Amino acid sequence: MRVLVIGAGPAGARCAVRLAERMPGAEVTLAGAEAALPYDRVALSKLLAGDATIEDLITHPLPMLQSLGIRYRPATPIAALDRAAGEAVTARGERLPYDRLVLATGSTAIRLPFPGADLPGVVLYRDMDDVRAMLRAARSGGRAVVIGGGLLGLEAAVGLAHRGMTVTVVHAVGWPMERQLDPAAGALLTRRLGTRGIRFAMPASTTAIEGEDRARAVLLADGTRIPAELVVMAVGIRPNIALARESGLPTGRAITVDDAMRTADPAVFAIGECAEHAGRCIGLVAPALEQAEVAARAIAGEAAAWAPRADAAALKVSGTAVWSAGEIAPEDAESITLRDEAEERYRRLLLRDGRLIGAVLYGDTADAGFYLDLITTRRSVVGFRSALALGPAFVREAA
Amino acid sequence: MAETRTTCPYCGVGCGVLASADGTLRGDPEHPANRGRLCSKGTALGETLDQPGRLLHPEVDGKRASWDAALDAVAEGFRRALAEGGPQGTALYVSGQLLTEDYYAANKLAKGFLGTGNIDSNSRLCMASAVAGHRRAFGEDLVPGIYEDLELADLVVLVGSNLAWCHPILFQRLQAARAARPAMRLVVIDPRRTASCEGADLHLPIPPGCDVALFNTLLRHLHAQGFRSTAPGLAEAVAQADGDTGLDPAALATFLDWFATTPRTVTLFSQGANQSSAGTDKANAIINCHLLAGHIGQPGAGPFSITGQPNAMGGREVGALANTLAGHLDWAVPAEAAALRDYWQAPNLAAGPGLKAVDLFRAAGEGRIGALWVMATNPAISLPDAGRVREALRRTPCLVASDCTRESDTVDLARIRLPALGWGEKSGTVTNSERVISRQRAFRPAPGEARPDWWAIAQVAARLGWGEAFAWSGPAAIFREHAALTGLARPAARAFDISGLADLSDADYAAMPPTRWPVARRGEQGGRLAPPARFVATPFRPPANATSAEYPLALLTGRLRDQWHSMTRTGPVPRLMAHSPEPTAAIHPADAAGLPDGSLARLDSPWGSATLRLRHDPGIARGGVFVPMHWTARFAPAARINISVNPAVDPVSGQPELKHTPVRLGPAPMAWHGFLLARRSLGAELADWTALIPEGPGLWRHELAGGEAPAEAFARLRALVEEPDAAWVLLEDPAAGLHRAALVRDGRLLACLFLAPDPAGLPPRGWLAGLFAEAAIGSAARRALLAGTPADGPAPSPTLCVCHGVTAAVICSSIARGANTPALVGEATKAGTGCGSCRPEIAALLAATPVPEPA
Repeated sequence: MRVLVIGAGPAGARCAVRLAERMPGAEVTLAGAEAALPYDRVALSKLLAGDATIEDLITHPLPMLQSLGIRYRPATPIAALDRAAGEAVTARGERLPYDRLVLATGSTAIRLPFPGADLPGVVLYRDMDDVRAMLRAARSGGRAVVIGGGLLGLEAAVGLAHRGMTVTVVHAVGWPMERQLDPAAGALLTRRLGTRGIRFAMPASTTAIEGEDRARAVLLADGTRIPAELVVMAVGIRPNIALARESGLPTGRAITVDDAMRTADPAVFAIGECAEHAGRCIGLVAPALEQAEVAARAIAGEAAAWAPRADAAALKVSGTAVWSAGEIAPEDAESITLRDEAEERYRRLLLRDGRLIGAVLYGDTADAGFYLDLITTRRSVVGFRSALALGPAFVREAA
Repeated sequence: MAETRTTCPYCGVGCGVLASADGTLRGDPEHPANRGRLCSKGTALGETLDQPGRLLHPEVDGKRASWDAALDAVAEGFRRALAEGGPQGTALYVSGQLLTEDYYAANKLAKGFLGTGNIDSNSRLCMASAVAGHRRAFGEDLVPGIYEDLELADLVVLVGSNLAWCHPILFQRLQAARAARPAMRLVVIDPRRTASCEGADLHLPIPPGCDVALFNTLLRHLHAQGFRSTAPGLAEAVAQADGDTGLDPAALATFLDWFATTPRTVTLFSQGANQSSAGTDKANAIINCHLLAGHIGQPGAGPFSITGQPNAMGGREVGALANTLAGHLDWAVPAEAAALRDYWQAPNLAAGPGLKAVDLFRAAGEGRIGALWVMATNPAISLPDAGRVREALRRTPCLVASDCTRESDTVDLARIRLPALGWGEKSGTVTNSERVISRQRAFRPAPGEARPDWWAIAQVAARLGWGEAFAWSGPAAIFREHAALTGLARPAARAFDISGLADLSDADYAAMPPTRWPVARRGEQGGRLAPPARFVATPFRPPANATSAEYPLALLTGRLRDQWHSMTRTGPVPRLMAHSPEPTAAIHPADAAGLPDGSLARLDSPWGSATLRLRHDPGIARGGVFVPMHWTARFAPAARINISVNPAVDPVSGQPELKHTPVRLGPAPMAWHGFLLARRSLGAELADWTALIPEGPGLWRHELAGGEAPAEAFARLRALVEEPDAAWVLLEDPAAGLHRAALVRDGRLLACLFLAPDPAGLPPRGWLAGLFAEAAIGSAARRALLAGTPADGPAPSPTLCVCHGVTAAVICSSIARGANTPALVGEATKAGTGCGSCRPEIAALLAATPVPEPA
């Protein structure tokens, strides 16, 4: 059996490895658009901050892929699919035949369409090339504006500040990382990053990037002008689904898949950020890896089904651990908050009908597993509600 | 450091104390009352000496004044009252806390010179019924027995006395005697199963107010058994000895049999008997039985009234009650009144008795008292129907308060405030319950401008033109005058005669050892008395206000082991407060109407209401509620129980019926319950319900409950303790009504605030309170702060042994390890080896904790 995996990001690489392990006779090809060996995209921030080298980021060295019999095709962007023929067509026109196809094309960072967005000095923050561009710009110090105060934007801001730049984060919401943090935790994080010299403009929206030959300043809707030699755009991602859509596969926001990660075409699977399961897309690496496992098992002929778990995001921002899981902004939930102003410890737990449905931990995430378990199992917390936020050491459940 | 021999200022046992100026003290091994022992309160006396809130200078109309100006104002107030309402428009309300000399001066001013009988003492609340009973039976107020009788008896009957808590040293003497002579029996007659019942041979849970029925039953039994007496009045007494006790017949029969067959029987009675609308009859019903059985005047036999206060007896001796004259002289004997008039050279001597306490404040409420001088007592809190008393005090045009504390509900209301000497500063004599006169001696300098009460009285008398009669050089001179006066009744037979002490020199007085009266001649020492006596018919009368469908429960009030009166002295001492930190209502669980233990409950009577922490106590007889009488506006405004107590009084003694008020129990609905631990007192009006508790050095606990929205209360209370540079640790669950906060600065805990919808949702306070002592709380403790408990530590436990700081949990674990006697518990934990006041509670734990079989 010939299996082609398009996309050598974490999900694609994991799927290729599992396929090779499960089906010793199969011919597994892994085609990546980037020139590099498969690397840990999540760790790009370490590269930016100088905490890791490029070599440290490589997850699948060539000998390892070879020993598994995987054919690795770097710098091989795929231009089209010919599903009728069971072939993928590379940008150079090469046709790669398959019996089973796994789409792991990931997503692209969004470049907002305001004036000046294409000027030199405006970079995205998605891949190794973006990081190299940022490191070049930071070499001479100066001022940077990061548009977008999500996780990636903050990582970029911290890295650039660490590299000596004066950084301002422009964010559309009143506090950073609003998808993972509530306003209070966001405020703690803002204060903490402030001590590192990072300034915030929020809520604020960018209307243009000024400059003629290259970016010189960021202009905000309220008229503020922030001079900058480097502008990093970290405002979100868009699933890469053109390949699938143009081949006639059903798509929504991303490629529609069933529980086995199979698309409408039984020979074609989609995993990771480019897949849409039950109307939802994922954006984190852990579920993407699970989907890779499921797809590999399904292709190997085993029964396999992916069930979305509570989303849990464990992050580290500028040395501060942040973790969130489940629903973090439901309107109909009750919330319990724990705050330690001096130790920068914060917890927010969300409850509905006596059950934990979401949690945000800031500063101390040691009890994340406890809360994830409660969210996942939907166990009643009524009996120990008063101690819930204090962690498992204080919860004495009635036997 | 030099030790001064003095006398304890608490209960009527009158223990000797050896005290040093630095506040260290110990029991006086040579004092006959205690032979070196001290109870938990006495042991902690040193901690009560330097109290905040002392009244240090005179005040007039809320402003600091000189003594001269203040005394002028007092004199002017009394002059005006005399002019407007005559002698009956003036009054003094004094206290069993006064020394005999102060008492004497006050009584002389009122009866001799103001010309009014309107001087009454808070002893009215304490043992006026015993006084009246003694006078009816013996023709004079005297206690025939001595403490030794409790040790010599074969049967001791406690009636309305929680001796273990209220007179701990006497209880320890009794227990020691029982340990030495196990055949000796102890019977406790009390509606409550008190600490005194631990180890008793029999407890008769008499319904409140039914003691007369019990002793009438006993009198009939004795008569039926053939006992006869030549004392007058027997036939009538037996004929009228009616009433039913409702007690278990077998238990009752046992008691009747033991009393009839034990010649050496002492019946010790106290407030439980006295504080009743039939209090005088109770005293006489008890005395009747002793007379008929012949259990009197012999070693180990007799009726024995024990007083609550250190110098109730001294007040009785000088006649500082509205219905007594002076020195046991009798108004009813015209020659004695005349002798006193001559002796005092007081032509205006009051013609007859004045208003007793309850009537006195009623008169004040009606605007009939123009000037009232209150000394060393707190009637705004301690009298029944206290709300009305407070109004009466407010209404009195010239209210003078002499006190050592500025922080009392009564002092707050006074127009003129005079700083009095406190214990350790004043000098004079006190008389204890066995007629022993002991010296209280000063061992500390007077603070601020505080002066002796007798001096202030003499100064006012001088301003009113009677200076010559009050020109004493000091307490010794007053004592001599008083002692000489006790000989005036001769040749009438009068037991109280200390004229043998009338010629003591100042040096003799200064060195006077404990001396029991009568002392008719110098060098004599009084002993056990066998006075001629008569029977008094005591037909049974139920309490004045019966319980009803609307008010089905009978409220009893009383004392706690480690508190004293209205807490001005003991309240600020953390280790004394620790024994029972909150004002509680104890009730049999079956009467709790579904209200859980630890909830807040409201007691309503036709006179008022109070809100208290409910305690389920199977030791309370069905139909009763017990509430301590100590709490004031300073510590728990909503728990002032005397506001609800009926103002019914005994028709003879005028003593209020504090031991029976019809009440009903109901919930006290609150939106939240909580506590606030802080490094300073934030007062007792923090919330709709507040109990202020000194928790430790520089640490105050506020138990709270309120009707406002919890989040609102949380924000309001947090704002009160906020400090610069301090950071909060906060836990908020608004939907569940849970709010918790701790304020920390540089690792030091500054405050803890916990709110929950009901009391059971709050953690114990002990562990948190302990953290306040730490210089820097560690990260683990910081994380546990809002749990209120370490992640895996033992649950905090109440302190039982105050002397050695031993908790109930430690005692229980020593029992579990095999310590199966109080002595072994003491060896293992030191609990009970100090003052011994906690030994009954240790015994109760021993009884309740399963002891492992020896291996």
